[in-house]
Amino acid sequence: MAKHNITMTINGQSVSAEVDSRLLLVHFIRENLDMTGTHIGCDTSNCGACTILLDGKSIKSCTYLAVRADGANITTIEGIAEDGTNHPLQQAFHDQHGLHCGFCTPGMIMRSIDLLKNNPDPTEEEIRWGISGNLCRCTGYNNIVKAVQQAAQEMKKEKETTV
Amino acid sequence: MFSCKTSPEVGGMGHSIKRKEDARFLHGKGNYVDDVKLPGMLHMVMVRSPYAYAKIKSINKDKALAIDGVLAVITGEDLAQYNLHWMPTLLSDSQMVLPTDTIMHQSQEVCAVIATDRYIAVDGAEAVEVEYEPMQAIVDPFKALDEDAPLLRPDKEGQENNHIYHWERGDKAKTEEAIAKADVVVKERIHLPRIHVASIETCGVVASYDKVTEKMLIYLTSQAPHAIRTIVALVAGHVGLSEEKIRIIAPDIGGGFGGKVPVYPGYVIAIAATFLIGKPVKWIEDRSENLVNGFARDYHMDCELAATKDGKIQAFKVSTLADHGYTDSSANPSKYPTGMFSICTGSYDYEHAFAELDAVYTNKAPGGVAYRCSFRVTEAVHAIERMVDKLAAEIGKDPAQLRLENFIKKEQFPYSSPLGWSYDSGDYHATLKKAMDMLGYDDYKKEQAEKRAQGKLMGIGISTFTEVVGAGPSKDFDILGIAMFDSAEIRVHPTGKALARFGTKSQGQGHETTYAQILAEELGIPYSDIEIEEGDTDTAPYGLGTYASRSTPTAGAAAAIAARKLVDKGKKIAAYLLEVSEEDIEWEVGKYSVKGAPEKSKTIQEVVFASYTNIPPGMEPGFEATHYYDPPNLTFPNGAYICVVEVDEETGAIDVKRFVAIDDCGNIINPMIVEGQVHGGLTQGIAPAMYEGIQYDDEGNVLNGTFMDYLVPTAVESPKWETGHTITPSPHHPLGAKGVAESPTVGAPPAIANAIIDALYPLGIKHLDIPITPSKVWDAIQEAKQKA
Ligand code: FES
Ligand code: FES
Repeated sequence: MAKHNITMTINGQSVSAEVDSRLLLVHFIRENLDMTGTHIGCDTSNCGACTILLDGKSIKSCTYLAVRADGANITTIEGIAEDGTNHPLQQAFHDQHGLHCGFCTPGMIMRSIDLLKNNPDPTEEEIRWGISGNLCRCTGYNNIVKAVQQAAQEMKKEKETTV
Repeated sequence: MFSCKTSPEVGGMGHSIKRKEDARFLHGKGNYVDDVKLPGMLHMVMVRSPYAYAKIKSINKDKALAIDGVLAVITGEDLAQYNLHWMPTLLSDSQMVLPTDTIMHQSQEVCAVIATDRYIAVDGAEAVEVEYEPMQAIVDPFKALDEDAPLLRPDKEGQENNHIYHWERGDKAKTEEAIAKADVVVKERIHLPRIHVASIETCGVVASYDKVTEKMLIYLTSQAPHAIRTIVALVAGHVGLSEEKIRIIAPDIGGGFGGKVPVYPGYVIAIAATFLIGKPVKWIEDRSENLVNGFARDYHMDCELAATKDGKIQAFKVSTLADHGYTDSSANPSKYPTGMFSICTGSYDYEHAFAELDAVYTNKAPGGVAYRCSFRVTEAVHAIERMVDKLAAEIGKDPAQLRLENFIKKEQFPYSSPLGWSYDSGDYHATLKKAMDMLGYDDYKKEQAEKRAQGKLMGIGISTFTEVVGAGPSKDFDILGIAMFDSAEIRVHPTGKALARFGTKSQGQGHETTYAQILAEELGIPYSDIEIEEGDTDTAPYGLGTYASRSTPTAGAAAAIAARKLVDKGKKIAAYLLEVSEEDIEWEVGKYSVKGAPEKSKTIQEVVFASYTNIPPGMEPGFEATHYYDPPNLTFPNGAYICVVEVDEETGAIDVKRFVAIDDCGNIINPMIVEGQVHGGLTQGIAPAMYEGIQYDDEGNVLNGTFMDYLVPTAVESPKWETGHTITPSPHHPLGAKGVAESPTVGAPPAIANAIIDALYPLGIKHLDIPITPSKVWDAIQEAKQKA
């Protein structure tokens, strides 16, 4: 198996490693870097449990080779808030009871960050379509939608106060 | 209505406390089985059969073992040396851990490859050469009973055909007589499809055996870690695994829904592998392995409902064929092979009922898990709720009215059902009326009449179900002989903070919050000062686990009673501290005071501190209590759900316009969590009603074994749920609570099916089996048009 040296930034830290050509990015993150907040829920790119941000865009890291991420800037659930604080989406999922077992939650949040970046004021319909690449078996989605709505409001306010 | 006894800061029952467990999940710090990494850990991957029914002619390990990093290939022959190649199921049937000669369903484990790395293990699995001799699989359960059907289980002594067991309840003769004499009889064969729980976390294990200490540590995706520990000790005792040396840790569980109750072959192989190799072994199922192994439902029910011509229900009969796959591994209490199916008489008051069931073997995966349902209640509720609607349609009566006229009345509780249950409480009329008001039922009826006049297809569907949960009284309910009680152990520390441990295991239900609230309610110690632990068999008290909506009915009750023991002990301490006799002490949550002199008082925290520092003479120090709760009866949550749909006649597309769910689960501990559980269950109810169903071809190949084609609803398919409550406390539960999480999964499918069929009724379509997909609707419409 061919080996490749790769370097990327993960949650602000630079990491370098020698990896097999076939190593999936999700395994690189989970196994090599021991960051287990990014989950695996399927083998067909349907569930979104593995969603991360790559150069600011949400991607399913189970369908992305680690070598392809060479040079990329990656954010995982572990990197969206300073220790002891919550990202507005984390706060909103908590406030709105947008999680039960928590297995889909990191992926949902990472996807929602991208969604709100591109559409800071989404309608309910847009949120539902926007997270339709992420499966949740527990919550029935009502409260996830509400959480994204709450975070959208919060993030708008934050933006207004920083401008 | 329920009113809170405690302040929001204390956070007892009735407060929507935000969940204590959320933080770790929100920050990616949950600890699921796949997150466990032990030094020197090996990885296991299965070789699985492409055939549904085949002889294994040979297994050649050589090429696999030649791969660098592949350490072992374990076959059934290898396990047979230790007599570990078969295991008992929870219903005392037998299941292969690994086969020695015959494959019984597609994707069955053939052998297991152990390697230093998951990728290498997959390479190894691909390199194993297996020679099969395929045979014609039995896929159709009705054909399994044909005279000339091959005998699928010749290994079972005395087994002469593919029939597993016959079960029946009720008075057959009287029921048949009532049906024969009735003015109106409606009949239907109803199939509840084979579905999968599809929790987003699949199943997995990390097993680690220490050859020196002889301790076996097992991290397991398990809803019932204690029961599994006992089973492992019983199954593997002969190789030297003794129960005190086995520690099972069910860490965070990514959704269970019943799918994480059974023991899967992969668990046993991993345990055997670490036992032999002496290094930790991890096995994590792929999604496509998960979906084709294990199942729920798969009941074919022939129903007959009899009534007078004005709609008074008189008798119900249901004869069921159950497809169990190649072994009966239903996760049911021992004495209840069909679970609580006899709840099928529903929420209605009538005299005669008879239910029977025949179970058969086929070449399909075993399972029969109680998928978010208290053992076959979903099947039962679907049968009666579809039939009641069919009766309403047949006699031209409004289905809500028909239900109101037949409901068991509030004053009839406790109500003895024709098949032997004692329903604890309910106010079915109030619950349905509340749902009708919330929806605006009469307005929708008018709208429907107008739409029908314009030739549009609109339907309104109702389901008014009664559940039976909380197993259970130990005289009736056991799993492999172990009585289905549950437990709580409370330790209050000197500073008044507490740790409580339970025999149950949350998989997302929010036990860390709910149980803390129960203790806050009873002790007056703020919920935020109470830590809750579950899932570690070395530390938690023995319990049967979480499924069948049993946590609140059993362990929740245990918590309340253990807390009450502490309150009693505290009273003695308070009397000592306040220098009065115990009879003069009054307890109001969180505080002991002297009767008639309320200024003389001690808080619970002061009393706790004294129990460690200033102990009354002769009293046992400390502030700890344990209780094992054996419920006197089951609880009977109920609800009224109404669904409004529109169907596009051109495409068959179904649009769920409204869905109103009123639940009555007795007293509510945390309204936010209860509502969340209902939302989730409703989406798991619409799933089999409209989308999910494991499909097989004639060869026994699974046609939709991945998330690409097994359609778990997304946020787009999932409607915006509207929920509400009526509250009829359970008279026998210490908190008046009943359990809720399964009601929506049980109640939603018939409401949706009834709505769609109601929409199609003007075309002459009188029944469709779920999942009712657009293509099924379209086909039915074309057929109806051809007939017309
Ligand atoms: S793991 Fe399911 S989409 Fe990546
Ligand atoms: S919270 Fe369990 S899968 Fe979403």
